[in-house]
Amino acid sequence: MRRVAKLSAACAATAALALSATACGSTSSENNDKSSSSSSDGKGVKIGLAFDVGGRGDRSFNDSAARGADKAKSEFGGEIKELTAKTSDTEADREQRLSDLAQAGYNPIIGVGYAYSDSMKKVAAKFPKTSFGIVDSVVDVNNVDSITFTEEQGSYLAGVAAALKTKKDHVGFIGGVDVPLIKKFEAGYVQGVHDTNPKIKVETQYLSHGSDTSGFASPDKGKEAAQGMLDKGADVIYSAAGSSGNGAIEAVSGAKGTWAIGVDSDQYNIPGLAKYKDSILTSMVKNVDVGVYDFIKSVHDGKPLTGVNSYSLAKDGVSLATSGGFIDDIKAKLDAAKQKIVDGGIKVKTTP
Amino acid sequence: MNKLTQRIDKERLLLGIAAPLLAVVTALVVTTLVILATGKNPGDAFSDMVTYGSASDSQVYILNKATTYYLAGVAVALGFRMNLFNIGVDGQYRLAAFMAAVLGGALTVPGWIAIPLIMLCAMATGALWAAIAGVLKVTRGVSEVISTIMLNSIATAIIAYLLQPGKLGQLDEAGTLVSTKPLPGGSHLFNMDTGPAGILDGFIFFAVIVGIAFWFVLGRTRFGFDLRTVGLSESAASASGVSVKKMVVTSMIVSGAVAGLIGMPTLLNESYQYDNSFPAGIGFTGIAIALLGRNHPVGIALGALLWGFLERTTNHLEFQGYDKEILGVIQGVIVLCVVIAYEVVRRYGLKRQQQRVGAELAAQAVAPMKKQEVA
Repeated sequence: MRRVAKLSAACAATAALALSATACGSTSSENNDKSSSSSSDGKGVKIGLAFDVGGRGDRSFNDSAARGADKAKSEFGGEIKELTAKTSDTEADREQRLSDLAQAGYNPIIGVGYAYSDSMKKVAAKFPKTSFGIVDSVVDVNNVDSITFTEEQGSYLAGVAAALKTKKDHVGFIGGVDVPLIKKFEAGYVQGVHDTNPKIKVETQYLSHGSDTSGFASPDKGKEAAQGMLDKGADVIYSAAGSSGNGAIEAVSGAKGTWAIGVDSDQYNIPGLAKYKDSILTSMVKNVDVGVYDFIKSVHDGKPLTGVNSYSLAKDGVSLATSGGFIDDIKAKLDAAKQKIVDGGIKVKTTP
Repeated sequence: MNKLTQRIDKERLLLGIAAPLLAVVTALVVTTLVILATGKNPGDAFSDMVTYGSASDSQVYILNKATTYYLAGVAVALGFRMNLFNIGVDGQYRLAAFMAAVLGGALTVPGWIAIPLIMLCAMATGALWAAIAGVLKVTRGVSEVISTIMLNSIATAIIAYLLQPGKLGQLDEAGTLVSTKPLPGGSHLFNMDTGPAGILDGFIFFAVIVGIAFWFVLGRTRFGFDLRTVGLSESAASASGVSVKKMVVTSMIVSGAVAGLIGMPTLLNESYQYDNSFPAGIGFTGIAIALLGRNHPVGIALGALLWGFLERTTNHLEFQGYDKEILGVIQGVIVLCVVIAYEVVRRYGLKRQQQRVGAELAAQAVAPMKKQEVA
C-alpha cells in the first residue's frame, strides 16, 4: 500500500505539472470553427442573453430584460440563446458563458446584471467585432454598451408620492439585499420623502445582507417586514426587493387605508398580484426592456450603441406607473418634482 | 501466511477500483435515462461532452476549477478522517478570503512578502473560525454540525457588515458593485499563460503541495496516526493515550486552515479582490468531492477533476439546448452511486474475508483431527 500511495502521489504531481506546461490539443473555438461554420443563415439577429441568477421567469429583473429581447426578436426575426448564472459561478464560468455565445456567432450579446462586468471586459476585448451590452454596470471597452438606470430619480418620485399620500406621517422602505444598487433606491426615496415633508418618519429595513441574496426571493420575509412596519404605524411602504416585494404588497393589502409602492415592473398589471392591486399606489418602473431593446435595435440597424447609456428620468428610463389612477390627484406635484430633477434643480443622492 | 496477506491486498486493490467504476457506470446509465426522458439523444450529449471537455481551453478551465475544489475536498476530508463533519468549510473560506483580500489591498510591501502574508492571513482566519466550533464541541458538547452551519451564516453577516462603502469596501464607478480594495499588481500570484487556451492559475502548485502534505501528515506522522485512530474508535484512542479533546480542536484548526486556502486561487490569480460575486458554496462542493475521493489525496484529486469536467461540459450542454439542470442531476447521481457502491463493495469484501477466515479456521480444526487419526 505504501508504495502505491507514494507512486500515485508522484503521478498526480507530475501529471499536473505536465498539463500545466502544455495544454495539449486545439481549443474549443478551433473545434467549433471546423464543425459549425455554416450555422448563421443571415436572417434576423442572433441575440445572446446571459442572465443573472434566477433567469427567465423571475417576474422581475431578468424577465424585464427578456421582454426587451422578445420584443426585438418579434420585430426583427432571428433567435435568442439564453444562458443562466449559478450561485457558485466563478469568473471563469461567466467568461465561458459570454465567449461561448460570441464563438457561436451571437451578436449582440447581453449580460444581464453587474456580475458580468469583469468577465465582459475580457471577453469583449477578445471579440472586437461582436457588440456587447451590460445592464446595471459600466464596462469601458469600445464594443460595449453600458445600460444603466437612475433608480434614485424614480425612487425620489416614489418618495414624493408616499409623502403626499401618508396620513400618519410615517412611511417605510423595504430593500431586498443591502447592496449598493438597492441603496440607490433607498437614498432617492428617503430624499423624496423629506424634501416634501421633513417631519415624516421613514422606516428602513433590508431582508438579507451581502452575498446572501435570499432577500430578493423570499415573499415570506417581505410580508413579515411589511407587517412589522404597519404595526409601528407606517401607512405607505415601498419595497425594492424582487419577488419578496409580493409579500410586502400582500401584507399591506390586509391593512385598511395603507398603500404599497411596487418596483421594476408596473405591478398593478401583474396577473399574480391582481388580488392586491387596489392597494398598489404606483410602481417605480425600471425599463430594462427598453434599454435592452434599444441596444438590439441599434445593432440590427448597423449602428451599435456604445459607451454609457444612462436611462434617466428625462429619457423615461425610470418612471412612476399611473395604472389604477391612485396618484392622479397629485400628478401636478409629481410632474413638478420630475421637472426639477430633469432640469437639474434637484440633485438626487445615490447613497443613503 | 505471507502469501495470504499479499493476496488479500491485491483483492483489496481490485475492490477499491471496482467501487468508483461501478459508481461511474451506474451514474452514466441513470444520466442516459434522464436525457432520454427529456426527449434528447444521450449519445450526442456524451460525445459533445468528450469533444468539448478535451479541448485545450477546457483543460485549463478544468484544472483551475479543480485547484479550488481540491483544496475544499482536502479541508473536508481532514475532518471526515476523524469523524468530524466540518460543514463550516463554506463560511471559513469566505471569511478567510475576505480578510485576506482586505489585508492584501492594504499592504504596500513587495509581492514576495505580501503573497505569503495574504496566504497566512487566510489560513489563520479559517483556522480561528473553525476553532470556535472545535472548542464549543469539546467544552460544551455542541455538535460541530450545528455550530458550523450557524457559523456559516454568521460569516455571511460579518462580511456583509464589513463589506460596505466607508468600512472595508469601495464602490465601482457604476455604483453597483462593492468590493474590497484590489490587490496591487505586485501581489498577483504568477500565472501560466498557455496562449489561446487561457491562463492557468499558479496556485495549482500550492494545491499539489497541500495534497502531498495531507498524504504525508496522515500516513507518516504521529498526528496523522492519532487522527485516524480517533476516527476509527474514540474509546480505543483514548485508552491508548490519545487526548481526544485535543485532537478534535487541532483537527478542526487544521481543516479550517486548509479551508482558508480555498479562496486563494480566485483571489490571487483571478479576481484580485473580494466582492459579492465571489464564488459561494464551494464548501459544500468539497463535501461531495471528499466523499467521491474517499478522503484519499489522490481520490480527491480525481473527484475534483471530474467535478470540473462536469461543470465545464454541462455549461456547454446548456448552450447546445439541453436543460441546464442536467448538471445537478449528474452530480447528485454520482455522489449517491459512489456512496452506495462503496458500501456494497465493502460488504461484499467483508463477506469474502469472513468466508476465507472461516474456511481457514475450519481447515485448522480439521488438521489436528487428522493427526490424531494417523496416530
